[in-house]
Amino acid sequence: MKTLVSAATLALSMSVSGLAFAEPVKIGMITTLSGGGAGLGIDTRDGFMLAIKQADNSEIEVITEDDGQKPELAVQIADKMIQSDQVDILTGIVWSNLLMAVAPSAVAQGKFYVSTNAAPAALAGANCNPLYFNAAYQNDNLHEAMGEYANKDYKKIFIMAPNYPAGKDSLTGFKRYYKGELASEVYTQVGQTDYAAEIAQIRASGADAVFAFLPGGMGIAFMKQYAQSGVEIPVMGPGFSFSQDVLPAIGDAALGAKASGQWAPDFDTDVSKKFLADFQTEYGRLPSIYAVQAYDAAQLILSAVAKADVKDTDAFRAELLKADIQSPRGDFKFNTNQHPIQDIYLTEVVKGADGVLTNKTVEKIFDDHEDAYAKDCKM
Amino acid sequence: MTFALALEQLLNGLQLGVMLFLMAAGLTLIFGVMGLINLAHGSLYMVGAFACAAVAAATGSFWLGLVASLACAAAAGAIIELLVIRRLYDREHLDQVLATFALILIFSEGTRWVFGSFPLYLDIPPLLQGAVALPGGAQYPVYRLAIIAAGALVALGLYVLIGKTRLGMRIRAGESDREMIGALGVDIRTLYTVVFALGAALAGLAGAMVGALQSVQVGMGEPVLILAFVVIVIGGIGSIKGALLGALLVGVVDTMGRLLLPQLLTLFFPPSQAGMIGAAAASMLIYVMMALILAVKPRGLFPAAHA
Repeated sequence: MKTLVSAATLALSMSVSGLAFAEPVKIGMITTLSGGGAGLGIDTRDGFMLAIKQADNSEIEVITEDDGQKPELAVQIADKMIQSDQVDILTGIVWSNLLMAVAPSAVAQGKFYVSTNAAPAALAGANCNPLYFNAAYQNDNLHEAMGEYANKDYKKIFIMAPNYPAGKDSLTGFKRYYKGELASEVYTQVGQTDYAAEIAQIRASGADAVFAFLPGGMGIAFMKQYAQSGVEIPVMGPGFSFSQDVLPAIGDAALGAKASGQWAPDFDTDVSKKFLADFQTEYGRLPSIYAVQAYDAAQLILSAVAKADVKDTDAFRAELLKADIQSPRGDFKFNTNQHPIQDIYLTEVVKGADGVLTNKTVEKIFDDHEDAYAKDCKM
Repeated sequence: MTFALALEQLLNGLQLGVMLFLMAAGLTLIFGVMGLINLAHGSLYMVGAFACAAVAAATGSFWLGLVASLACAAAAGAIIELLVIRRLYDREHLDQVLATFALILIFSEGTRWVFGSFPLYLDIPPLLQGAVALPGGAQYPVYRLAIIAAGALVALGLYVLIGKTRLGMRIRAGESDREMIGALGVDIRTLYTVVFALGAALAGLAGAMVGALQSVQVGMGEPVLILAFVVIVIGGIGSIKGALLGALLVGVVDTMGRLLLPQLLTLFFPPSQAGMIGAAAASMLIYVMMALILAVKPRGLFPAAHA
């Protein structure tokens, strides 16, 4: 009995000391959990934490903080996470203007940044960085896909986006592929809630379609007001304008809207179905594309943690770059600028059997799509 | 630019102005009568929108929701007046700003706690769906016209209330000399609560009406609050007439600026740059206007008699 107890004590002390030696990988998640953009951040957090939870890896610690969609707050949190929490990896920022405030200085201090959403052009080309990965896309991508799609049916399009880095990337991306005439190009304010002035311009412009990049509450407000305006021309946009976080609030006004996305809930693959079921079981709602992107970001980090020490920057980076994950999106690999090469699909807003609005895949627009900036990235 | 577009934008400006008036009227009334800067006014707007959305979702009737929004916002206003605001009247403005800022945080997080972070659905009632034809060939949403009408009614109602009723007389008396009307036996504490609840109900009404047009979400009140402050500063703090005029001015200038500035700049820049610069310049326009007005009339267009 005595030996048994001492053996147990010994085993316990060894396991404790074993734990003490393997220092956990610390991930700092900065995302928007309050204010108008909170829906996007919460899906980001929940998608990320789903993968972390499934991995059940005690060596990983995630610290989450709310940036309130304010760049200055995001910078403060990042400084605190890097200096006092000593995180190894930062992630989670939804908005490109916040990312531009945080990511360049984080990678300059030797930390990894794995983006779950924001992907400004400025960090994809000449200013790419070995420590900066994007698990979502490059900002232009979904808009490029809509430009390509618009060529088929439309000749004169009214395009608009909020006046911030991702909005500029959006319209740049759209115009890169769209060959027809532009009725007008309008920049709105970030967080704008009334679109009466823009709708009047749409009506007067003689356009045959509208392309609107309005994520979060902006899209809800625009679509509801547009439905009441008596303007009949079709609206399309990138997946963000009609993603799962805003569809219930827009309501039937969104029905039939065409959008682009790297993933939709009706994807017929085992990985996608399992992700969808797991997310619904865990959180009781449908995931948006933000959740998928964050889920993949977490999977990427987990895949690298399993094979390399995060303190060994070169080895860890090499493992991340392999992108050895099963993404709900299907094919996923990294380009030379560490942004994804992936397929992009056309989706349509439909009402599911249970009356819930969701996106249905229509067709593939781009196969293995790369962004336009990778060629400028020299690493 | 066609006549139809100009007319439509003018109506849009009016509608924005009317909305701002509902917010600014309460804000300026509370400041005028009690000398209190209430940053939590935007939260009352949010309370109205959430009450309307929740009741409309439960009962299927927007109109019941509208009644609920008035009741809930007024009740929330009365409660915070009794619990918090009452202790602030004799304090400095900085203390008031701090305490009411705390109320914003409490309301926001409380609402998130109850309703979650995802926006709620609130649709326009069937009666007010769709658009009507305007002279010149354009169409205009019925609902926005209804908002303009509702705002005009409220303005008229406030005019009658303040100018012609006993309560209004007390409010005016409270504005000019608080101590004196207390000494004359008017229950000033109850009067304050009533005024605060009235201002809150107006904010709640604005929130509910706009909620059907925009998205009902946590934090929706703060951007409107900033504009409402611009309005009352332009109009003259404490003056309802100033609030009405300031609101219409801000609404029309903001809407027209967003339309005209980018178009004007296309004369000098390529369209995409003109759009970007124009949008940035248009968002500054009302603040520039505020600065100009204050340079000429430092106390606003209709300065209240005292203060």
